[in-house]
Amino acid sequence: MRPSRTIDLSTGLFVLLGFAAILFLVTQITNREFSLRGESYRLQAQFENVGGLKAGAPVSMAGVTIGRVESIGYDMNLFKAVVTLRIDANYDQIPNDSDASILTAGLLGGQYVGISPGGSDESFRDGDRVEFVQDAIVLENLISKYLFSQAGSRESTDEAPATTE
Amino acid sequence: MSGLPGELIASFGRFLVRLGAMTRFAGQVFWQSPAVLLRPRLVVEQVYNTGALSLVIIMTCGLFVGMVLGLQGYELLQRFGSEEALGTGAALSLLKELGPVVTALLFAGRAGTALASELGLMRATDQLSAMEVMAVDPMRRVVVPRFLGGVISMPLLTAVFIAVALFGVQLVGVQFLGVDQGQFWSQMRGAVELGDVNEGLIKGLVFGVACSLIAVFEGYNAQPTAEGVGRATTRTVVISAVVTLVLDYILTALML
Repeated sequence: MRPSRTIDLSTGLFVLLGFAAILFLVTQITNREFSLRGESYRLQAQFENVGGLKAGAPVSMAGVTIGRVESIGYDMNLFKAVVTLRIDANYDQIPNDSDASILTAGLLGGQYVGISPGGSDESFRDGDRVEFVQDAIVLENLISKYLFSQAGSRESTDEAPATTE
Repeated sequence: MSGLPGELIASFGRFLVRLGAMTRFAGQVFWQSPAVLLRPRLVVEQVYNTGALSLVIIMTCGLFVGMVLGLQGYELLQRFGSEEALGTGAALSLLKELGPVVTALLFAGRAGTALASELGLMRATDQLSAMEVMAVDPMRRVVVPRFLGGVISMPLLTAVFIAVALFGVQLVGVQFLGVDQGQFWSQMRGAVELGDVNEGLIKGLVFGVACSLIAVFEGYNAQPTAEGVGRATTRTVVISAVVTLVLDYILTALML
């Protein structure tokens, strides 16, 4: 049997290492830069289409994360998606005619809400609604629009000589 | 030829008997656990035996699992021109699957066999009966501290494994193959949530309970012969591996 001091020492070392590893996993590789626990206020925005936006996605202005998407619901009266945003109380000077758009980070990145400031003197208060919104871009819709416009323009060029004759 | 169905039924019966015995054994172990925790000395000794002594093999294997993950992940992601996603992919696969499962398999091989053969040898040399004669409960004195030591060690070993493996991924991906360091870490941070870390640690804990329980059960109930001890050791590894992989599927389905 080894002397128990050695056992205690190595056990202590092992436990310390284990907790250090847990701490590393919790703090270093997860996204904890912005938590919703601090002071914050809510904004609402109505979108025709939120695409792949999920609760917890960042809300950013000029690339700086200022809040999170709290929840996404569907309003049966408006037939629109209602997105609730929670903004850090430090950012309480956002003009109330700013617009919110759903953007994609990089090619494979997740979607987030980008806010670009407007020119109003008054700023958003808790519970306000963002009036100006831009929906998520859905690739299928873009492609079908492109295809239809191609087909449309070809038809018109085909018809054009016929009408001039 | 009529012997075959009979044989199958008989072996299924033996399986049921063993499962029942194990459930009863698990009940006893859980029932006694709080009382044993009041004497931490014995548990600390077992944390040393199962945890601290497994650390070297866990860290070595973690490093190489991470390195190979970096190599394979880079090779795969390069085809889509998104090498920067290496950090995300490696971190998520390590946290959710590879970390807990590989740690549990190594744990069964390193600590589980040690527990089973130790207890089996105690059984074979009548040490356990001697304790009973001296009015010392072998469950409380020998079995439960070993079980608790394993349960405490496994989540810690899992965390160490994942952290070292991430270092391995980073070593190969960033240092050798030239993935951008900032992209690597920031994409990882963007994609990994606290829930993913929890999932890994919960899996580690559940696998720890299962593997430790199997090891002490097989050792405690080993045939008191040299062959019996060997068989108990083998069964520990085989059953632990199967149970770990089955539990892994169940836990993943539950936590998705």
